[in-house]
Amino acid sequence: MTAPTHRANWLLLLLNLRTFVALILVLGFFSFAAPNFLSAANAVIVSKHVALNAFLAIGMTFVIITGGIDLSVGSIVGLCAMVAGWLVLNGVDPGFGWAVWFNTYEIVGIVVLVGVAVGFINGLLITRLNVAPFIATLGTLYIARGAALLSSGGRTFPNLSGNPDYGTQSFPLLGAGHFLGLPLMIWMLVVVGLAAHYISRRTPLGRHIYAVGGNERGAALSGVKVNRIKMFVYMFSGFCAAIVGLIIASQLQASHPATGETFELNAIAAAVLGGTSMSGGRGRIGGTIVGAFVIGILSDGLVMMGVSSFWQTVIKGIVIIVAVVIDQAQSRLQARVALAQEAAR
Amino acid sequence: MTEAHPIGLTIRGGTKVYPGTRALKSVDFDLRMGAVNVLVGENGAGKSTLMKIIAGVEELTEGRIEMAGREVHFRSKSDAVAQGIGIVFQELNLFPNLSVAENIFIAREPVRAGIDIDAGAQRVAARALMRRLEQDIDPDADLGTLRIGQQQIVEIAKALAQDARILILDEPTSALSVSEVEVLFRIIADLKAQGVGIVYISHRLDELIRVGDYITVLRDGAITGARAMDGVDIPWIVRTMIGEGSKEFPRTEVASFGDEVFRAEDICLPRLGGGFTVDHLSLSVRAGEIVGLYGLMGAGRTEFLECIMAQHPHCRGQFFVEGRPLTERDVAGRIARGLALIPEDRKRDGLVQGMAIRENLTLSALSHFTRVFHLNLKAEAAGAAEFIRRLTIKVASPENAVSSLSGGNQQKVVIGKALMTGPKVLLMDEPSRGIDIGAKAEVFRTMRRLAADGLGILFVTSDLDEVRALSDRILVMANGRLTGEFAGNADPAAVISAATPHKTKEAAA
Repeated sequence: MTAPTHRANWLLLLLNLRTFVALILVLGFFSFAAPNFLSAANAVIVSKHVALNAFLAIGMTFVIITGGIDLSVGSIVGLCAMVAGWLVLNGVDPGFGWAVWFNTYEIVGIVVLVGVAVGFINGLLITRLNVAPFIATLGTLYIARGAALLSSGGRTFPNLSGNPDYGTQSFPLLGAGHFLGLPLMIWMLVVVGLAAHYISRRTPLGRHIYAVGGNERGAALSGVKVNRIKMFVYMFSGFCAAIVGLIIASQLQASHPATGETFELNAIAAAVLGGTSMSGGRGRIGGTIVGAFVIGILSDGLVMMGVSSFWQTVIKGIVIIVAVVIDQAQSRLQARVALAQEAAR
Repeated sequence: MTEAHPIGLTIRGGTKVYPGTRALKSVDFDLRMGAVNVLVGENGAGKSTLMKIIAGVEELTEGRIEMAGREVHFRSKSDAVAQGIGIVFQELNLFPNLSVAENIFIAREPVRAGIDIDAGAQRVAARALMRRLEQDIDPDADLGTLRIGQQQIVEIAKALAQDARILILDEPTSALSVSEVEVLFRIIADLKAQGVGIVYISHRLDELIRVGDYITVLRDGAITGARAMDGVDIPWIVRTMIGEGSKEFPRTEVASFGDEVFRAEDICLPRLGGGFTVDHLSLSVRAGEIVGLYGLMGAGRTEFLECIMAQHPHCRGQFFVEGRPLTERDVAGRIARGLALIPEDRKRDGLVQGMAIRENLTLSALSHFTRVFHLNLKAEAAGAAEFIRRLTIKVASPENAVSSLSGGNQQKVVIGKALMTGPKVLLMDEPSRGIDIGAKAEVFRTMRRLAADGLGILFVTSDLDEVRALSDRILVMANGRLTGEFAGNADPAAVISAATPHKTKEAAA
């Protein structure tokens, strides 16, 4: 192997691990620049911030791998938080003057169903009615947000501390509980993250998700049930958003209809930063989670350094663009190396 | 005659190499002005490549192009346009969302003050062109609303609007009606009289003889015949096109075939704007039999195969696999019944380019390696390795991207993917397209072996040698209909004549 291709291979390896390199860089930078950044207590706090975005980004990654986009996740978060708040506070009133109450488990189940249902609608619009994913989910973004506002007339559902009479006293634990010394939500992220990783690598479903994004027509001709795959990814994205809505409502013990605004953009950013290609067919769950950590550490670290939030926004934008530029450079380099190898044979 | 038709462009020693294939091998070509220079050859013979080089779409790997005694270099299509070369592609390069006039002047819009498109002037010029072409096409109509034949006329108008001195027409009549063909021939005569040099490519041999002044025959990237059209007849063209000792592909005699594995009854696929793309077609394939479906481009062969694979919801008729009707309505269901398609366009339909060789091979057959929902990666890798070995696919590693393979090996991956589903009937659309001779022979050997193992194979091709060498039975298709059935070693002229659509008869009918 000649020296230039050797160098190119090293560079490629570095570029392939670029999300990790970025993570190490931001970690290294803030551990110097912001004292106490590397403390265990702070690590848990940062992780909790990151977890919410990571949930959404995992769902988003599947959607983007199929070549789609889900703009509605932030609104689903808001809607699900409101549904959770409503159920804890008011139960369901069938109109006979008395209410049906649900315990925490049932509420979790119902809220998850709501999130999945919005994803189901997204999927139907995209597969059956041929609406472009961007438009379909833009529409449900507005509809779900509107529904969230309508549910309370724009007000907050306060004091969601739960009621032992109805078995909802455990509701605040979703966001605040601990297990083996770690916040419950971190465990939930581990479970969802591992499950998503497993799906993507070790199941036909995962393989088909990549195939649909890589070549939809080719996949269809190979017998992949393209519509079913697309339904799954939007429903899974809705599921992830529902979990985030539950956690936020539980953490704050209140739900506000504006919860989750612009969350979809952070989720897309994390996926892209993690190496997911917006044109579909390429992306990894692990990369997305690391991407979510890079974004989370960046914003928390900048806060600890006392950088103004306005500058944080600018820096976040720059980081995303740089990530995509590097992504392009990597693809070009990869193509060059492959050509060189072909020529050498 | 030479004095009357000066040479306007020459190619000397023209060679074009694509990764994996030599599309042109040291070609010498003279283009005569004020005449129709006919270019003929089978698919893959190098016609399109030669034409693209003249039009500046592709550059020669070796050799030179001269115009008026000076060497010229076309680095892009616009360089060729600047030299007065226009081309009408077979796949139309038009914008269905723009008007006819806008299409004709695309990227060369007449402007006032440098920015404002002079729509009026554009419309007037477009109308004048349409009058010259004897067409009643409204310059303001959206191109997408026109019939394909009319769109072809617009494409010709576009070339004329650029004052082309050399005009390349690639299969210009394939989509035209009889009367439109007559108009086109009048236009060609008119252009000839004005001294325009025309390069004319077509599969319709009688048409070539009628319209051509000079003929150049290509075979496997080399010129096998070039002369004035005087005294040329169809047998001469066929002989020159396919060679004296025609290419022999390995052929093992199969003594007997099994039972019928596949039958199509009365398949119809309506065409937009009337008529049928597939017109009441019936055929059957027996186990161990290779049936070649021969025809020209646009005969409806690909669409027929797509009907079998449930790609056209409007398709009518009945399919049977092993005597039982095919009721499954989606691809997965039809694959499960034992059908497998190897599509014509590998890149677009056959492979997921970004995925690994292993992942492409197993894409249709993942269920074989799955328990409930768990994919056994070890079993999958073993399955992929087995097919790589069986089909002798040359790979550095099954984990490499499939896009890193040569055309022939990519084709084997597509075949492997189809075989992995355990099919009873293999449908192959142009299985040898875009792969070199060596890889072709290997693909054909594979087909023979599969048939010997009891698979029924129905393959589509436009290559006469191929269909004659491989088929146990040849079916010929033209204009959506079966127009002939021949034994494997049929007379080539008879097959070609069956494949040539007889427009005049149809018009009468």
